[in-house]
Amino acid sequence: MGKAKRPQPLLIRLTHWVNVPALAIMAMSGLQILRAYPFFGPQGAQYTWVPLQAWESPDWMRAGGWLGGARHLHFAVGWLLVINGLIYLGYLIYSREWRRRFFWPPRDAKPALAQFLYYIRVSKDEPPKNLYNSLQRSAYTAAVVLGVLEVLSGFAIWKPVQLHWLAVMFGGYDGARVVHFLALLALIGFLITHIIMVIVHYKQFPEMVTGGKPEHAAEPVPVPVPAAPVVAEPKPPEPPPEPVPPTEPYLEALSKDIIKKHEDK
Amino acid sequence: MRRRDLIRLAPGLGLLGCDSKKPKEGMLGRMERLNKHVESFLLSDKELEAGAITPAMAFPSYHVAAQTPMTPDGWKLIVSGAVKQPLALTLDDLMKLPSKTFRIEHHCVEGWSAIAEWTGVPLYEIAKLAGVQEVTPAGKSVQYVEFRSFDIPRGWTNRGYWSSWDRASAFHPQTLLAYGMNGKPLTPAYGAPLKVYSPVKLGYKNVKYLSEVNFLDTETGGYWENSGYEWFGGV
Repeated sequence: MGKAKRPQPLLIRLTHWVNVPALAIMAMSGLQILRAYPFFGPQGAQYTWVPLQAWESPDWMRAGGWLGGARHLHFAVGWLLVINGLIYLGYLIYSREWRRRFFWPPRDAKPALAQFLYYIRVSKDEPPKNLYNSLQRSAYTAAVVLGVLEVLSGFAIWKPVQLHWLAVMFGGYDGARVVHFLALLALIGFLITHIIMVIVHYKQFPEMVTGGKPEHAAEPVPVPVPAAPVVAEPKPPEPPPEPVPPTEPYLEALSKDIIKKHEDK
Repeated sequence: MRRRDLIRLAPGLGLLGCDSKKPKEGMLGRMERLNKHVESFLLSDKELEAGAITPAMAFPSYHVAAQTPMTPDGWKLIVSGAVKQPLALTLDDLMKLPSKTFRIEHHCVEGWSAIAEWTGVPLYEIAKLAGVQEVTPAGKSVQYVEFRSFDIPRGWTNRGYWSSWDRASAFHPQTLLAYGMNGKPLTPAYGAPLKVYSPVKLGYKNVKYLSEVNFLDTETGGYWENSGYEWFGGV
């Protein structure tokens, strides 16, 4: 961890930019496929609560020309997205980048709320941040979760019989179609927010292309960062943590150590 | 940013062979062949059951002819190709063979699902009766089964709707030549007198108005498959 590290390592930038065309083609061919039957629920038992049914999506939102062409695009580019996602997640785990990127409730829940209050101008204090603020972490983590949901529900729709167990997890074939569509709407919501935030914080944009300036030494981002108080009112200092009674093997090791020191003398 | 990228992407995709107007060629064609291997790998012989039957009127029914095809006089099912004994079976002959009934979810390429109960002869029984061979006299392996119908589109003369299958899917324990639906004889709307029915294939592979079953050493495409739907079309 002592190596100089860029804010946006190469593999993260690469997989991020592969996502741009891949997700666009998946969304557009997906909307073309949906047009063949823009309803949800089995025949004779429609899920009337699902939004946007019978929606005539405009031409520019769709790709593939017709159902057959769109299916071919969807099933070809889908693999690119899966492989790209696996590289991304694999790298995140291998490099331990996930620790400064993923939403971890004990660390991020309170600061995320504080950040939200700051954004909507209820609070004047911006909570401290390092690579990302906690609200950003929650949004990026949600996008990754939505991506995983899209892939899993997609496989369930493609193979509802051979991957029956997977379809069952989504409440069957028709349930998987609902999840696949609602997750797309959520991802579009993320994308709109993401683009607005990039425009607002345009100075940070080059980092996603160049990687940014290398940071020195270990990241000062231990997993539990003290949560900034939401309210300005000072809080009484927290009592020191209760000492944990050492376990037996620990005591043994300790006493051996002490005996050894005595003997050395 | 996104729109501009997409406009640049469109001719790029053509160069990469992602031309969705020609889904059987270039990169898209290669990806379909790759997906075919994934689909055959996932195909298993397990049998399934599904829940409540879709009300009869709510189960969509399609044909390619201008009008609902009606059973021709003297209809017989022709079983031919790489077989020891070619057959011509009447509906009575078929109904005397061992039958199977199961309730199953149907998946259409368009995205809808519906449930019905199907009764018919498993295709492996017909194969046994005709003595399907593993290899042709020319030494080629018999890997495909072709289903042909008397559902003839306007402007076509003697060929009707058809579809060819991989042998493993055709010999799945639940691949039927069905003559009954929801406890009643098959009606003309749903493919009377006989249709292919299997839970492991999309609707367009399940040929209705069946007239021929041919065991072949070559893949002969299909009505929708040749227009661009995936040839394997498994679910």
